Amino acid sequence: MSARVLVGVKRVIDYAVKIRVKPDHTGVVTDGVKHSMNPFCEIAVEEAVKLKEKKLVKEVVAVSCGPQQVQETIRTALAMGADRGIHVEVSGKDYETLGPLQVSKILAALAKKEQADLIILGKQAIDDDCNQTGQMTAALLDWPQGTFASEVNIEADKLKVVREVDGGLETIKIKLPAVVTADLRLNTPRYATLPNIMKAKKKKIANVKPADLGVDVSSRLEVLKVDEPPQRQGGVKVETVNDLVRKLKEAGRI
Amino acid sequence: MSSALLPSSRLTSVARCSSWRRASILAGTPGQTLAELPELHQMMRQTCRDYAQKELAPIAAQLDKDHKFPAKQVKELGAMGVMAVEVPESLGGAGMDYLAYCLAVEELSRGCASTGVIVSVNNSLYLGPILKFGTEEQKKQWITPFTTGERVGCFALSEPGNGSDAGAASTLAQQEGDEWVLSGTKAWITNCWDASATVVFATTDKSLKHKGISAFLVPMPHPGLSLGKKEDKLGIRASSTANIILEDCHIPLGNMLGERGMGFKIAMQTLDSGRLGIAAQALGIAQAALDCAADYAHKRTAFGAPIGKLQAIQFKLADMALAIESARLLTWRAAMLRDAKKPFTKEAAMAKLAASEAATFVSHQAIQVLGGMGYVTDMPAERHYRDARITEIYEGTSEIQRLVIANNILKEYQQ
Repeated sequence: MSARVLVGVKRVIDYAVKIRVKPDHTGVVTDGVKHSMNPFCEIAVEEAVKLKEKKLVKEVVAVSCGPQQVQETIRTALAMGADRGIHVEVSGKDYETLGPLQVSKILAALAKKEQADLIILGKQAIDDDCNQTGQMTAALLDWPQGTFASEVNIEADKLKVVREVDGGLETIKIKLPAVVTADLRLNTPRYATLPNIMKAKKKKIANVKPADLGVDVSSRLEVLKVDEPPQRQGGVKVETVNDLVRKLKEAGRI
Repeated sequence: MSSALLPSSRLTSVARCSSWRRASILAGTPGQTLAELPELHQMMRQTCRDYAQKELAPIAAQLDKDHKFPAKQVKELGAMGVMAVEVPESLGGAGMDYLAYCLAVEELSRGCASTGVIVSVNNSLYLGPILKFGTEEQKKQWITPFTTGERVGCFALSEPGNGSDAGAASTLAQQEGDEWVLSGTKAWITNCWDASATVVFATTDKSLKHKGISAFLVPMPHPGLSLGKKEDKLGIRASSTANIILEDCHIPLGNMLGERGMGFKIAMQTLDSGRLGIAAQALGIAQAALDCAADYAHKRTAFGAPIGKLQAIQFKLADMALAIESARLLTWRAAMLRDAKKPFTKEAAMAKLAASEAATFVSHQAIQVLGGMGYVTDMPAERHYRDARITEIYEGTSEIQRLVIANNILKEYQQ
């Protein structure tokens, strides 16, 4: 199979970090805070590498958009088994306002340039929870999409995708080229092995600017305010079921 | 560098030159500074930290309670290349340097100290001497199967009658035709109940004293080799420790490691490196204890505020962090010297001494910060305290480390 897979990896604040809102309420504190690869992107990389190990795809290309630091994230993907990386340089104010629409335009342009047959992304990023990039990328390319994938199988020129939806599991067949977004149960990402970390050092990361791809990264959205979620109020203990019903009625809940 | 403060004289200017040269070797190599690790090392440190956090830390308490060897985790670590960090890729290892190995052992020990020592003994004490002194045939037979985590090795030097006094080994090796016959008892052997081979030290010429000791490779199990009961230890309980009893144990002549009479030299050189592995383990234990104490200082309130606001607690945390950071830099520096093929015996002894004393100090203070909670098994502080204690004893007691350092200092100042 001569397929080339493009995998998007996003550098986000590590899931274990306690998020703090900036004093000016324009965003969250990112300086000096631990960052790592978005967990759903890890699952996407793992799936792509697994497809390569099964010899169903030929090359896995890891892509990330952002400033210099995202190269660490691309290198992690390389250490997991991706063949090469593409760093789309976006920094400063452009990076602060970078969102799914611009990223999907970039991915669509790269998919055409690299002649990718499959794009695998995480279903959403844990910082903005947008869950839009995969869907927008597919629409821009006019490709079919298999989102919230918990199982992916290549069958000739089609993809069989089992999707996790509210009602249960939905199995669809889509034609390649296609976009797949990875959900939690798709796989368990591997730990980078020491030999692969060594190999990753020799793999190439190409630098590219959005302008080179004909993409305008200016944002149509303006963040007005960022606040912490409201503090959780303490509960009240009641003695009997009647008390409970009365209190719920008083609170207007029933 | 201390030599910079000495008055000028021919001798000290020579000393100053060599330490400047040493400093420039460390500082001149791109990325090889103590201030920031090279990207490769940062990545492998992160992967080990992730593994330790997700796979080791959650089970460490239970492994300790059950005295259970973490076989599944050792296999996974083997697949990651961590069981044979320095072994070249051609033999199945990760082909990385000793600094990378020290980082790996520290991060893994932060999750589980027993797993840290299992990894360390396999890497430094078993694979180490075979890599350095073995023939190509021996390397293929005794190294490659021990890189995957499927098998681990151990190192049998100490005896019931001698630990620090390694030269007084009484285990005998007698040649009978085309075989060596080993007899004697080895004590305190880490990993032995889970090992598939051992490097054993035995006397081939008693009259030559320590120059009459040779090293041998023995598979396990093997006729004539039996294991004593598993020691019931204070800490690192998931790693097995027991006697190895050799009674009329026959091995082929080809199982001698290195030359006849080279055993003591092999042992000492192996321990030089091994003590950096233990320094790294001690750092991991100390760091885990500090993690525990600092977290508690934020959460526990007393006198109307988190106890982290109290100077008594702050001074403890500062002293703990200082002890760890100092020992860590000593460990990294010794590892870098070894990687640059420079002499590192003094620095390794300093690192092991500093790190093990840091581990016992920090874990002691961590219990103090936690108060009553530090004394019960609900919190890991008591396990760190128990795990830390052995680091001042094995692979060279703190007293021996002091002797090694003093000998080196006196040599430097030789009249």
